[in-house]
Amino acid sequence: MKWLRSCWPEIVFNLAVLAPLAALIWDFSRGQLTANPIQAVQLATGRYALGLLVVTLAISPLVKFFNLGRLLPLRRPAGLYAFGYASLHLVNFVGVDYGFNFAAIFADVGEKRYILAGLGAYLLLLPLAITSTRGWMVRLGRNWERLHWLVYPVVLLAMTHFFWQTKADLRGPLAWSAVVVLLLAVRLAGLVRGFKRRG
Amino acid sequence: MEKIKSSEITPKSLFLSRREFITGLGAAVVSTAFLTACQGTGLSSLPSAAEPSDKPTSYKDVISYNNFYEFTVDKDGVAALAKDFKTSPWTVVVGGLVANPRTYAIEDLLARFPPEERIYRLRCVEAWSMVIPWLGFPLAKLLKEAEPTSEARYVRFETLYDPARMPGQADTSFDWPYVEGLRLDEAMNDLTLLASGLYGEHLLPPNGAPLRLVVPWKYGFKSIKSIVKIDLVATMPVSLWMAASPREYGFYANVNPDVPHPRWSQATERRIGEYTRRRTLPFNGYAEEVIHLYQGMDPRTLF
Repeated sequence: MKWLRSCWPEIVFNLAVLAPLAALIWDFSRGQLTANPIQAVQLATGRYALGLLVVTLAISPLVKFFNLGRLLPLRRPAGLYAFGYASLHLVNFVGVDYGFNFAAIFADVGEKRYILAGLGAYLLLLPLAITSTRGWMVRLGRNWERLHWLVYPVVLLAMTHFFWQTKADLRGPLAWSAVVVLLLAVRLAGLVRGFKRRG
Repeated sequence: MEKIKSSEITPKSLFLSRREFITGLGAAVVSTAFLTACQGTGLSSLPSAAEPSDKPTSYKDVISYNNFYEFTVDKDGVAALAKDFKTSPWTVVVGGLVANPRTYAIEDLLARFPPEERIYRLRCVEAWSMVIPWLGFPLAKLLKEAEPTSEARYVRFETLYDPARMPGQADTSFDWPYVEGLRLDEAMNDLTLLASGLYGEHLLPPNGAPLRLVVPWKYGFKSIKSIVKIDLVATMPVSLWMAASPREYGFYANVNPDVPHPRWSQATERRIGEYTRRRTLPFNGYAEEVIHLYQGMDPRTLF
């Protein structure tokens, strides 16, 4: 039980993050994902990926301002789960929706700016996922932190992707933007203070 | 209706086996990759919108996956919100530049022009499509009775505006009521229907009860729902979507795989109920019936 007491944040977090995937698979297998299940999977995985990216960004400020040190070990899994959902999002698009028909995909990528923004976000997220291990942290030393600054352009590109693919109702993207802007502001304020101290 | 060379059609066995594979999620992706790799990856390897097995979309999907912003922008949410929408009494006012303006009670209108069954493809601008067995009558019959005057060039249609009954109309970012228009010769084309039913049943509210337009060679948003007003006019009407985003939505909105939309590929489409994309056809496969309407016009401007 000691184990449970120390690990409960991880357990709750993993269950909370995997539950939507389980629900998605369940609904898909029972034909309950609307009349257009491929699009439903696309929208859901995109939402979860973005949500988890925002959670990843939120953990440090939460630890700092609310003294929630227990959350810190969740930052890496949150980022990796974000990458996982983003990968499902990409695979669903390329493989399921387009059946790996690259002629059709390339025709689209050139035309649709939202695809470029989303793809950009994914390509920048990829090295972060790869270098998320302890081994890579040691190998990269100070450069590890520099590299992982890429998470900010990743979030901004993902938000751009979200805005550009929205047809009419911008309330969702605007609500997410408010959270992202807040998190970036907190980080920027910290940065400015850091410079002042050093300067 | 456009047919394509049989050599371009995906063999049915391959197409069906692919569908079965995809019932699992992870493994399915690999299978599709393998199958597609075997058959080449060009656009022409996809089946076209018209072939093969252009069979009606399931009734359940037709009545539960709807774009009807008068209720909600959520396609899965329309049916529930529109469930109790009352379509009787209902009147349709036919007027404008006509010799015989008239207000019809919906029952009288349908008694006067008995519906016939027409199976049409419906291509949404969002790159999904259905095949729907409509019950309707050619709009031309109604217009002939109204007798357009010589100044009449366009037909303007209007959906009911009643935010108390259509909760989506509370969203003021759109300029309600929904308006659509056709050029008079488009409206007189035999393909153009006023539909009051589908699958042998009366239309349900999410599908535009009690009376809607069906223009199968144009993107779905042209096929205006729950019509209360039909006016003959001299100048091109401005539709709700033209007003909302003129760069994305034009007056003609003819289905055209060569004119892309900023968010949706128009080269291919997903047929609801299927897992393989189909190639979109010019004029949604109805070029033979309608191409004469656009002689001398640049098809790229007809979006």
